[in-house]
Amino acid sequence: MILGKVTGTVVTTISHPHYKNRRLLVVQPLTLKGDKADGDFLALDTTHAGIGDTVLVNREGNGARAVLNNPDGAIISLIVGIVDQVTVETVN
Amino acid sequence: MLLGRVRGNAVSSVKYPDLKGMKLLVVEPLNKHLEPSGPLQIAVDVVDAGPGDLCVMVRSREAALAMKEHKFVPVDLALVGVVDELVVRPDGDFDFNLVKGTTKYS
Repeated sequence: MILGKVTGTVVTTISHPHYKNRRLLVVQPLTLKGDKADGDFLALDTTHAGIGDTVLVNREGNGARAVLNNPDGAIISLIVGIVDQVTVETVN
Repeated sequence: MLLGRVRGNAVSSVKYPDLKGMKLLVVEPLNKHLEPSGPLQIAVDVVDAGPGDLCVMVRSREAALAMKEHKFVPVDLALVGVVDELVVRPDGDFDFNLVKGTTKYS
């Protein structure tokens, strides 16, 4: 899983059934100081995260299908938690 | 999942049988600022996206799972949504850096 920051929202009226009535958010992975902030992606939200929240994102289909309790779910990135605090011991 | 812009379509008559009846669209992956973030690729359309549409795409096995009936088709990119509204705040509004020590986010 990775840590990311929600920086946007996506509204889709026409979408695949698995994506219905759930928010789709734009997530930017957290990076170390000096690294360029890229590699952003979209993630389905299950935690009512909003723009500016730091979130925990699961980026693997099986995990997403387990959380969503949908064995055929066509979802990869899923926000599974809103992070309150992060402690980093060493930074290379 | 990621954003993509439909740039055109592709037609293939000689192909893997299970791909019959699937609409192939030429798409360009985009980042959150709608700048191209990869080469043009072919995606299978599941939501009737038209040329120029901004779409939500899903890769790898989940693209095959997004197909209507066939589950085990050789598809690794599928359009699963047509974007109506995209709100993205500028990067300057946020601090993306992981720094040593404890950072409180709430």
